[in-house]
Amino acid sequence: MALSLGFHIIFAEIGIAMPLLMVLAEWRWRRSGDPIFLQLARRWAKGTAILFAVGAVSGTVLSFELGLLWPSFMKLAGPVIGIPFALEGFAFFTEAIFLGVYLYGWDRVSARAHTLAGVIVAMSGAASALFVVIVNAWMNTPTGVIVEAGRFSAIDPLAAMRNPSTFQQVVHMLLAAYASTGIGVAGIHAAVLVRGRSANRLFHQRAMLLALTIAIPAALLQPVSGDTSARAVARWQPIKLAALESQFVTERGAPLRVGGIPDEDAHIARYAVEIPRGLSVLAFRDPDAEIKGLTAFPRDQWPPVAPVHIAFQLMVMLGTAMALVCAWAALMLVRGRDVAQHPRLLAAIALLTPAGFIATEAGWVVTEVGRQPWIIGGIMRTADAVTPMPGLSVPMVVFALIYVGLGGIVAVSIASLVRETT
Amino acid sequence: MIGLPEVIAGVIAVALNAYVLTGGADFGGGVWDLLATGVRRERQRALIADSIAPIWEANHVWLIVVVVVLFTAFPEAFSTLGTVLHIPLAIMLIGIVLRGSAFVFRAYGPHGRNRWGLAFASASVITPVLLGSIIGSVATGAVADAAARIGGAVDFFDVFVRPWAAPFPTAIGLLALALFSFLAATYLTVDAREEDLREDFRIRALGAAGGVFVCAAVALVLAHSAAPRVAIGVVEALLVQVATAAAAVSAIAALWLRHYRLARIAAAAQVSLILWGWLLAQYPYVIPPALTIREAAAPAVTLRLLTIGLAAGAAILLPSLRYMLRTFKY
Repeated sequence: MALSLGFHIIFAEIGIAMPLLMVLAEWRWRRSGDPIFLQLARRWAKGTAILFAVGAVSGTVLSFELGLLWPSFMKLAGPVIGIPFALEGFAFFTEAIFLGVYLYGWDRVSARAHTLAGVIVAMSGAASALFVVIVNAWMNTPTGVIVEAGRFSAIDPLAAMRNPSTFQQVVHMLLAAYASTGIGVAGIHAAVLVRGRSANRLFHQRAMLLALTIAIPAALLQPVSGDTSARAVARWQPIKLAALESQFVTERGAPLRVGGIPDEDAHIARYAVEIPRGLSVLAFRDPDAEIKGLTAFPRDQWPPVAPVHIAFQLMVMLGTAMALVCAWAALMLVRGRDVAQHPRLLAAIALLTPAGFIATEAGWVVTEVGRQPWIIGGIMRTADAVTPMPGLSVPMVVFALIYVGLGGIVAVSIASLVRETT
Repeated sequence: MIGLPEVIAGVIAVALNAYVLTGGADFGGGVWDLLATGVRRERQRALIADSIAPIWEANHVWLIVVVVVLFTAFPEAFSTLGTVLHIPLAIMLIGIVLRGSAFVFRAYGPHGRNRWGLAFASASVITPVLLGSIIGSVATGAVADAAARIGGAVDFFDVFVRPWAAPFPTAIGLLALALFSFLAATYLTVDAREEDLREDFRIRALGAAGGVFVCAAVALVLAHSAAPRVAIGVVEALLVQVATAAAAVSAIAALWLRHYRLARIAAAAQVSLILWGWLLAQYPYVIPPALTIREAAAPAVTLRLLTIGLAAGAAILLPSLRYMLRTFKY
């Protein structure tokens, strides 16, 4: 399941942001009449088609896997969090219908209807993300139920949707989608530009700049959203905060640990750089605030500290790098300089092509592994939710192989799409 | 008595019906891709691809609607199905993944088209068979039986394999395959622009109709011992049976006389009536003979909200679908 999700999340991100790019390109074309933008819109639409189809089938797998792998979870949680899933189904439906219209309707519908179809695809992609992330937020900080002897009573699905993590997680995920995809696309074109021997330079220049227009605001806002998310985690999921910051003992004026490898038995993080009082300031805006350490909680409620801490460091590091490079590019653009003629900036953007996606995976590890051992925070343990069917490693391996294969083919397909234009 | 649980069960049935008529026919298209023969082989394949390319992803979402509404409104049924039928569901998923991705890779990707075509076509055969056997195994009552035994000393084969790997579910699986192929060929007679291609699919549709008849007869014979409750229900619902037979005869007659649009309507009606015949025979059970619609239903507040959500969703969905079909199919 984690595997399917880890695979799906990348395609979902691209599925959210790519339609926006393609429709922006079409819009620019209709405004300017510049055929390069039309070429770009069609090219991006092709890429979107491949990625959406794979995203759609991997999403289908997920909806079934909820039952295949976590039947007890679904039995308990279905009535509470099924509504956002059902709404997501409709958002997905709309996305699929209008993507079909967009891809195959260039000559069949009017210009306005075509652009509008693209806009609907972009919007329903974002709506899907909203609904799915609501479910995940609920798993982190469940509300809207009263638990009595393993059964839910007083179920209130609307209250569940408004749980305290929803807002931060949704914003963080959407910004991640726009930043990762924007930089990913800009990076691919920057890589072509930096090598400098493309016959189609103008095409790649336009493509990169357009991708940067969505990447820059998203990447610059993301650290702000990250900060609010972390403060929400500090308030509602103190164990998770302790794990991601490697805070083993409860202390006032806790330092911020940068890097380092946590040692769960020795209760320390080795090789970490500590910024005094940094964590207390960040989490509670108070240099003397008390941060609960892991040892304040029973050992059997700890998440695996090392992966969570390391993934968190990786996510923050990549997010910072993306924000810095985007700030650099924004500065250049504001000054009216030609970004496409700046080899060092181009190289930096090209280098960051996969950064957003790696950061997304790391962020996924932070929120999911950080919630362990619970599948529903504080209510149901993951081990109690898994299916009683033996031999689960067989389907795991099979799906893993399929995903690896699909990922490879998608990469080759996209690469050949890019190569066609160089 | 009809209340919200029954209404939502009805919505699931309608969505399943829509999936069978649209997504099912897309699988049938894959079967004809696999069986494409003669001098017009490549043109047949091109027609199939053009016919399903713009709409298959939307068609596919019906299945997702079935799943999400099922787990929201009838969590216990979903949980039981997911546990006992883990293996066929997982294989069906693999089929769905391969079918969908092979189809886009064939359209947009690198490498030889043929290899993707083969993956697309063979996945199109496997998936309907499993979908049918899943339905068949629920109807026999074996799923409920197996679910009851989990928790004790469990024999893996008895609980996780036997309920679906049995003659009756397999017969239903083959019936589903024949029905989907029949639907696809009938639809393609309408979509074809050239007379020779249209004739190809007319012959195929008539052949598939024969296949449907054989599979249905075998399934009915097996049903008496394997799924007596459902078999009796199906036979007793005389009106549905008469209507199904009338639709089947009309579809074949219309194909014979080359009234293709009429054939399309009659074929769709025939397939829908078969589905509803099963659903009505099984009513009021979700998983016979253990779990009724009422017993499996989620709390009232969830059902109320879900109904509002479904109504709102339908208000957006139905005009969009209409727009899509008008754009591509008429």
